[in-house]
Amino acid sequence: MRWYWIDRFIEFESGRHAKAVKNVSLAEEHLHDHFPCYPMHPNSLVLEGLAQTGGLLVCEQGGFTEKVILAKVPKAHFHAEAIPGDRLIYSTTIEYVRPEGAMITGTSYRGDQLQAEVEIVFAHLNDPTVGSLFDPATFLRMMRLLRAYEIGRAADGGPLQPPRCLRETTEQAASP
Amino acid sequence: MPTKDEVFESVQAALVDALGVDEDEVSPEATLVGDLGAESIDFLDIVFRLEKAFDMKIPRGELFPEDVFTNPDYVQDGKLTPAGMEELKKRMPFADLSGFEENPVVQDFANLLTVADMCRFVESKLEVTE
Repeated sequence: MRWYWIDRFIEFESGRHAKAVKNVSLAEEHLHDHFPCYPMHPNSLVLEGLAQTGGLLVCEQGGFTEKVILAKVPKAHFHAEAIPGDRLIYSTTIEYVRPEGAMITGTSYRGDQLQAEVEIVFAHLNDPTVGSLFDPATFLRMMRLLRAYEIGRAADGGPLQPPRCLRETTEQAASP
Repeated sequence: MPTKDEVFESVQAALVDALGVDEDEVSPEATLVGDLGAESIDFLDIVFRLEKAFDMKIPRGELFPEDVFTNPDYVQDGKLTPAGMEELKKRMPFADLSGFEENPVVQDFANLLTVADMCRFVESKLEVTE
């Protein structure tokens, strides 16, 4: 299993908001383990999907230079279950970014029904020893896999591009 | 301009949202860390909510001058030096530091700040009426 809890971005506006899709499928193994005989997508993983949507938005806003970790969930309300066949739309908005961290608000919709609403606080880690957890190539691959650069918009309204430092670091790592 | 009561109500709302505590727990004398269970990351959340509620900016270190406690000129053997204490008073005129001054163990400082201190901090940044 890969720790991707969103399938693709459908909107990505640098520094402002991002929207992603999560398709819930009966083929996903974890649905059968959460409540045996009652397959559902756990709300903790809805939260993780919203954190990935908003966390990548925060990382991108900082040019992927900050080590962004989920630090706190001040609010998480779940109004409905997510079950096989559901297409969840996660919308996240940056509320603030400070040198110490950032906060996003997010919603999950199932059709026109509000499924979940959250607030998430991210911290910026300053510890240099955790550098290996935040490999630039991983970020770049994830953003491409989720199609952020196909649909995304930069702060000036132009197409979203990977930051130069991320491209250079990735190219250096790939060269013999 | 807000009144003191309005400041308290907004500070109370910010702490209820940030810390998940009940409104009646947020009394003026309650300490943020000891009574309300605030952890370091909560201060980031609280500062943001105060900025939003009062439409003001709170620069890093203004509410909680952590740099004083990491400055070797101000800390010796885990306690604030007299110079450190003076600096702290200058930086936190809104806080009642009299108890802490008697035995200024750095580790105990986090449990000093009360809801009333936080209200005074906000009042010091706004023109507050009675």
